[in-house]
Amino acid sequence: MADKKLRIMVAKPGLDGHDRGARVLARCFRDAGFEVIYTGCHQTPEQIAAAAIQEDVDIVGLSCLSGAHRYLFPAVVTLLKDKGADDITVIGGGIIPDQDFKLMYDAGLKAIFTPGTTLDSIVEWINTNVQPRA
Amino acid sequence: MYFAMEVLTQSSELRKKWEDEVKRVVAKNADQKPEALWSTVSDLPIRRLYGPDDIKDMDFVRDIGYPGQFPFLRGNQVTGYRGKYWTFRMFSGMGDAKTTNQRWHLLLKEGQTGLSTAFDFPTLMGYDTDSPKARGECGKCGVAIDTLEDFMQLVDGIPMDKVTTSMTINPPATALWAMYCATAEIRGIPLSKIGGTIQNDMLKEFIAQKTLMCPPEPSVKLISDTVEFGTKHVPRWNTISISGYHIREAGATAVQELAFTLRDGMEYVEDVLRRKGLDVDSFAPRLSFFFNSHSDFFEEIAKLRAARRIWAKAMRDRYKAKDERSWWMRFHTQTAGCSLTAQQPYNNVVRTATQALAAVLGGTQSLHTNSLDEVLCLPSDHAVQIALRTQQIIAEETGAANTIDPLAGSYFVEALTNEVEEKAWEYIHKIDEMGGMVAAIEKGFPQLEIADSAYKYQRQIDAGEKIMVGINKYQTAEEAPIPFLEIDDSVEKEQIERLAAVRRKRDNKSVKRCLDDLKGACKKGENVMPYCIEAVKNLASVQEICDVYREVFGEYRDPGLY
Repeated sequence: MADKKLRIMVAKPGLDGHDRGARVLARCFRDAGFEVIYTGCHQTPEQIAAAAIQEDVDIVGLSCLSGAHRYLFPAVVTLLKDKGADDITVIGGGIIPDQDFKLMYDAGLKAIFTPGTTLDSIVEWINTNVQPRA
Repeated sequence: MYFAMEVLTQSSELRKKWEDEVKRVVAKNADQKPEALWSTVSDLPIRRLYGPDDIKDMDFVRDIGYPGQFPFLRGNQVTGYRGKYWTFRMFSGMGDAKTTNQRWHLLLKEGQTGLSTAFDFPTLMGYDTDSPKARGECGKCGVAIDTLEDFMQLVDGIPMDKVTTSMTINPPATALWAMYCATAEIRGIPLSKIGGTIQNDMLKEFIAQKTLMCPPEPSVKLISDTVEFGTKHVPRWNTISISGYHIREAGATAVQELAFTLRDGMEYVEDVLRRKGLDVDSFAPRLSFFFNSHSDFFEEIAKLRAARRIWAKAMRDRYKAKDERSWWMRFHTQTAGCSLTAQQPYNNVVRTATQALAAVLGGTQSLHTNSLDEVLCLPSDHAVQIALRTQQIIAEETGAANTIDPLAGSYFVEALTNEVEEKAWEYIHKIDEMGGMVAAIEKGFPQLEIADSAYKYQRQIDAGEKIMVGINKYQTAEEAPIPFLEIDDSVEKEQIERLAAVRRKRDNKSVKRCLDDLKGACKKGENVMPYCIEAVKNLASVQEICDVYREVFGEYRDPGLY
């Protein structure tokens, strides 16, 4: 089916409650025509990976503003890989210092979006780089 | 305000003349942007000019008055800032207790006049550093506190009977306040002598900040316990800091911040009256508030002035408080973290300065000024010093503190104050009709109102309808990096070792007994505070206390509304 909708999970790993960005993005993705699953705050990497597989999403967007992304983001990617779901694209955003970008990309995240990014540019990145999985 | 008919007639003639002139000029030189875009950051439309007509219905005695007099529009303190500046209170906490203690001593040495504690996420959520849920978070966004030993290190050398300390702590507020009380007792300082604030405002957690633990109803019960305990035993303590700050940061407008915060305050008053049967005047004077000061200068001033007037009316007329201290809205203000930009970060100093000035002109009694690097990391020593100096410059150099409520009587500021108040009351009445704030939260009402505002604002930024310098206008390509304070991952390892050592050396039987007693108190609906103090003295950890709450009252999960 050519017009299969992209399924995206917006997830908040860890104990961080700064969810303004995640919620704005969830709504933006819905307006952009994606099917959106928003986890709410305080999800463990295990919960996120399990939910992503169960919900059969194409992409997971992680948001963290607490500084714990250094552990949490790679953990989600590793768990997805362990469960044989490494075809799910993982992207991230929040307060991610420049010096952590390499760590994130090396861990397998495909894009990092930081404050000041426009909503449309994130949607465009997804449309360009992610296809609904077969 | 009363104007002689003659003045209004003359004014109306002059206005007509001015309007004709405006039309003529605009026809030749159009305004820089369309009418609809001349609005506050919260999207309240602003007119080109305000005049006598805009405030002619105001009654001086009823609506304005004098400082220290109802309706307290012009402030609670009769002497304004001449007797005492607002408290310079910088929110701070990082890494472990020792590092934070060092920062506190530095700030006091630099002229800070009150302390304010930022805890890390595990502490805020009631988890110990060794919990699997806490992994990666230790000390990152504030100080890690697991047991009384950490706490005593945190306040080492701090004169608890002289300096007041605020603690931004919500679900585990009873545990952390118990640590403060226990430390005072151990040092031989009577509870009647200690002063400070616990944020302890769970309603805004469900609405905005999302440090969550138990469902709304038992959360409010625990808060009422602290109000009761404070009223009876710790009379100088502010047992709730009813907070709009986080509501605003989550994307609310100024009116939403004002309305939801004040309605939260009313909910707490009603719960204490109903559940504890205390006289309103016995506890209301210790309720304190906390607002955001955002970028729109006059909107913020109007909001803070309106806040005092709404609260005074609510306390006198809705809750029949008789003591005028019950009518006072005392509040702390923090400049808007969400207004800062990672791009061209030195511009944040300017933003913070104007926001701080708005807070002062709005009559704040306590202030935190954000550091220029807070958008990226915890503030460095240098950045926090600039932020503190910003307050000191406003206090000592600008003359803003010379006279009380200097913008009173401004056609524009009074009209905007009235408008903000009116719109806030509309929300408050709407929430009343829903059955109160707990009911409104359960319906998702404030959460979704804020989500609407946040989304709309982001779209306006993306469309260039609202401007953030360095983000959607005046961008620069290359930027020099600023110094970056990083909390090393080794902090977590050391904190876990410290906690393990405490668990080894403490009397675990006593800990269990204390926690069992606390559980019994929770089940019977007794006030938990004496049990918490006993538990922390026996070195029960924050999580051990919070696990009791989670077990008895249940756990609340973020419903993820957007």
